[in-house]
Amino acid sequence: MSNSPLTPGIVPDRLPSAAYARNFADVQPVFDRHEARVAADRCYFCFDAPCMTACPTSIDIPLFIRQISTGTAEAAAKTIFAQNILGGMCARVCPTEQLCEEVCVREVAEGKPVEIGRLQRFATDTLMAKGVHPFTRAAPTGKKVAVIGAGPAGLACAHRLAMKGHEVVIYERRAKPGGLNEYGIATYKTPNDFAQAEVNWLLKIGGISVLTGVELGRDVTLPDLQSEYDAVFLGIGLAGVNALRAAGEDLSGVRNAVDFIAELRQSDKMAVPVGRDVVVIGGGMTAVDAAVQSKLLGANSVTMVYRRGKDKMSASEYEQDHATQSGVRIIYNAAPVRVLGDTAVAGVEFAYTVEGAGGLELSQETFTLNADQVLKAIGQTLGAAPLAKDGSKLVLRQGMIWAGGDCAAGGEDLTVTAVAEGRDAAEAMHLALMA
Amino acid sequence: MANLYTDFIGIKSPNPFWLASAPPTDKEVNVRRAFEAGWGGVVWKTLGSEGPPVVNVNGPRYGAIWGADRRLLGLNNIELITDRPLEINLREIKSVKRDYKDRAMIISLMVPCDEDSWRDILGHLEDTEADGVELNFGCPHGMAERGMGGAVGQVPEYIEMVTRWCKKHTRMPVIVKLTPNITDIRKPAEAAKRGGADAVSLINTINSITSVNLDSFAPEPMIDGKGTHGGYCGPAVKPIALNMVAEIARSRETYGLPISGIGGITTWRDAAEFMALGAGNVQVCTAAMTYGFKIVQEMISGLSQYMDEKGMVSTSELVGRAVPNVTDWQYLNLNYVTKAHISQDDCIKCGRCYAACEDTSHQAIAMGQDRTFTVKDDECVACNLCVNVCPVENCITMVELPKGAMDERTGRIVSGYANWTTHVNNPTATAAE
Repeated sequence: MSNSPLTPGIVPDRLPSAAYARNFADVQPVFDRHEARVAADRCYFCFDAPCMTACPTSIDIPLFIRQISTGTAEAAAKTIFAQNILGGMCARVCPTEQLCEEVCVREVAEGKPVEIGRLQRFATDTLMAKGVHPFTRAAPTGKKVAVIGAGPAGLACAHRLAMKGHEVVIYERRAKPGGLNEYGIATYKTPNDFAQAEVNWLLKIGGISVLTGVELGRDVTLPDLQSEYDAVFLGIGLAGVNALRAAGEDLSGVRNAVDFIAELRQSDKMAVPVGRDVVVIGGGMTAVDAAVQSKLLGANSVTMVYRRGKDKMSASEYEQDHATQSGVRIIYNAAPVRVLGDTAVAGVEFAYTVEGAGGLELSQETFTLNADQVLKAIGQTLGAAPLAKDGSKLVLRQGMIWAGGDCAAGGEDLTVTAVAEGRDAAEAMHLALMA
Repeated sequence: MANLYTDFIGIKSPNPFWLASAPPTDKEVNVRRAFEAGWGGVVWKTLGSEGPPVVNVNGPRYGAIWGADRRLLGLNNIELITDRPLEINLREIKSVKRDYKDRAMIISLMVPCDEDSWRDILGHLEDTEADGVELNFGCPHGMAERGMGGAVGQVPEYIEMVTRWCKKHTRMPVIVKLTPNITDIRKPAEAAKRGGADAVSLINTINSITSVNLDSFAPEPMIDGKGTHGGYCGPAVKPIALNMVAEIARSRETYGLPISGIGGITTWRDAAEFMALGAGNVQVCTAAMTYGFKIVQEMISGLSQYMDEKGMVSTSELVGRAVPNVTDWQYLNLNYVTKAHISQDDCIKCGRCYAACEDTSHQAIAMGQDRTFTVKDDECVACNLCVNVCPVENCITMVELPKGAMDERTGRIVSGYANWTTHVNNPTATAAE
C-alpha cells in the first residue's frame, strides 16, 4: 500500500492488499443446505401469495420454497427460471425489501419476512453450479430477430425467443454482454464474475449469437436491422446521465457515478483511484453503490447528499442502512449550489432544501463539504436514441419493433422489471411472428 | 411450591419422572448421572436369562424422522435387551440403589415364556433391593422373533400366565409393560389385571420403518444393505399413547388399575397430559436420548408451576382428572354448535384457512377485497380445520352458539343436550321417554 486513506487527491492503493479481497467479497454469502431448509420452513405456502403478486416476473415463490424444503433445489430453480431466466442475478440485486419480502405475510405479522431472495439464490446457485441448463429449444421457426443491448431486458428477450425456436442475434455496444449486471452493480453484490457466468449459462439454450462492440446508430442502423430481421427488440438502457447544473461541475474530480462503478467492476480494485474525501450526490441505488464502494476502496470520508428526505429516497431503507453501516454519512434535504476549486474540485457548497409551494426550494442555510472527488448519481436518461421522442421513454411496441427495460416506458428501472419486459416482449413477438 | 413426591403402587419417588427401560438405563454410570440430574426413578434396561447375553448389531441401531431444523420428531430402534452379563447388571443395580435410596429402581425383565425361566430370573433379583419389576411384553423387534417381548404382549393369555407366575415368585410389585402393536389395548391390560399385575405401563414402541433409502432401496437404519422393522418412539407417538392410556383408564374392566404412562413425553406438559388421563407417573426415554438427562429439570419446574397455578398440592390431584371427560362418540352432544371466527386484528392474510376450506372442506370461508377472510356461517360445519392450519395461535377460534340461537347452516334453533343414541337418523336409537 503506497497510499493511505489520508493521502490527499484521487489515488489508488489506499489499503493493504488483503483488505480489498475482504471488502469486495460476497456481501451476503449463499445459504448452505441446512440454512436453506430452516429458512424455507418459515414459508406458510400462502394462498394466492402476496409475494408472487409483488414480483415483477411473477415467480411462483411458495412453490419454489416448498421445493427447496423437500430437498429438490434444482426443481425450485426451474420454477424460478421459467419466469425469470436471470433469477440468479435478481436473487442478488433485487430490492426484495421493497418487493416480495415487503409483502410477505411474516413481514407484516412479525417484521421478519421469509428470506425469499436468499432462498432464490440458494436454488439458482445449486442448479447453475451443476452447469445444467433446464430448458430446450423448440424446433426452428426460420424467423430471425435482432436484440439491441445485452442487458437484462435483451438477454431475457433473447432467451425466450430462442426457446420458441427463433434465431436471435444480440448487438451489444460494450466489450462484454450483461449490461448493468456487468457494468452497473456494486461488486460485492455479484462477485466472482457471476454476471459473465450467468450470460454463458443462459446462452446454453442455443440459437443466440452475441456481437459485442457494435453500437446502434454508429455501426448499425435501425432501418438496416429492420430489413435484415423479422423483428427487432430494443433493450438499450439509459445512456444519458443527468447534469448537476451547478457551477464548477466541469472541474476535474467530478465524475458520473455510473462510470466510476463500471470502472470498478472491470478493474483490479487496488488500482482504482478514489478520493480522500468523496461526496456522492443522489439518493438512488447507484448513489449507494458508489458511496459504499468508495469507502471500501479506502476513502477517508464519504458523504452522500440527497436533496429530499429519507422517506423519499429511492434507495431502500435496507440500502441506506448498508451505506451507513459501511461508514458512509448520509445528509438529507440538501442540494449542491456550486462545486468549489480552481482546476480540481476542493469542496461542494450545499444549501438545505425546503418543500415550497412550487416544489423543492433552496433555503438560505448553506454548508460546505471538503471533497477531492465528487460522484454524480442524480439519474439517467434515454439520451439520443432511435424512435425516442423528446424526453420520454420508448413505447413498448411500434410495428415489428419492441422495447423493454430501462429505455422503455412503464415499470421501475429494476433488473427484475427489465427481465419481465424482455420476456413479455418475446412472447408478444412470438405471437406476431407466427401470426 | 407443589410437592411432586409420588407413591406409585407403593414405590416412592421424589417426582413422577422415571427413565424408561432403554439404552439410557443400561449401565451404572448412566443411571448415576440420571439420578444426579434429578430423575425420580429408573426402569433398568431389560435383563434376560442367565447365560451368554444377547448380541446387538454393529451397524446403526436407530432411525429417525426430523422437522425442518432437524428437530427429532420420532426415533426407532432395533436394539435388543441388555447385551451385558446378568451378574454385572445385578451388581450395578445394587450399587446404585444403595446410594440413592429415595429414588425408584425398577428392573425390566424379558425371559423365555416358561415358569422356570421367570422364577430363576426373579430369584436373582432378591438381593438387589430394587423396588419392583417391569415385565417387558413390548419390544416389537428381534426378541419377538424368539417368542419373547412383543410376541407375548400380543397374546393376552400369555400375559396373564406370565404375570401370575411373577406374582407367585416375587414379593416385589409387578408392572406389566404393554405393546401398542395390537388392535385393542384393553385386552392385554385386562389380562395383566387378571394375572395379578400391580400396574401396567404403556406404550412400548410401535412397529415401524422410519424411512427408505432411495439410493440403496432399503429401509433405514440399514445394516449392510438390509433393514428391518424397529420400535418407534418419541414425540410423534404421543397421541397414540395418550389414547391407549385413556382407554385403559376409562374401561370398566381395568378402571383403577395403576398406569405408568409412556410415549413421546418431552416436556412437563406432555407428562401432565398423561397424568390427567390416568397415569400415576410417567416414563421418558427419547427426550433424554435427544437432549440429555438435564431435561428433567424443566419437567420438574414446569409441573410444579402448573400445579401451583391450579392450586394442586399433590400429583394425585392431577392423576385421572381428565378421564371422566373421555367418552364415546355416540355420547357427544349433537346440539353443541360452534362457528369459526377469524379475528381480523390477528389475521396475517396468508389464506391457508381459505385454501384448506375451499379445496378440502366445506367452502365456508370467503376471500374478500385486500385478502380479507371471513367465515360464512351458513356453510361452516365447525370442523376446526381452519383453526388447525392457521399459523397464528388464537387467530381463528370456535365460538359457541348460545341456546335459542339459530344455526344459519341448518336453520335449526340450538337446543339442549342430545346425542346419537336418541337421534332420529339412528336406526338403533332408543326411544326417548
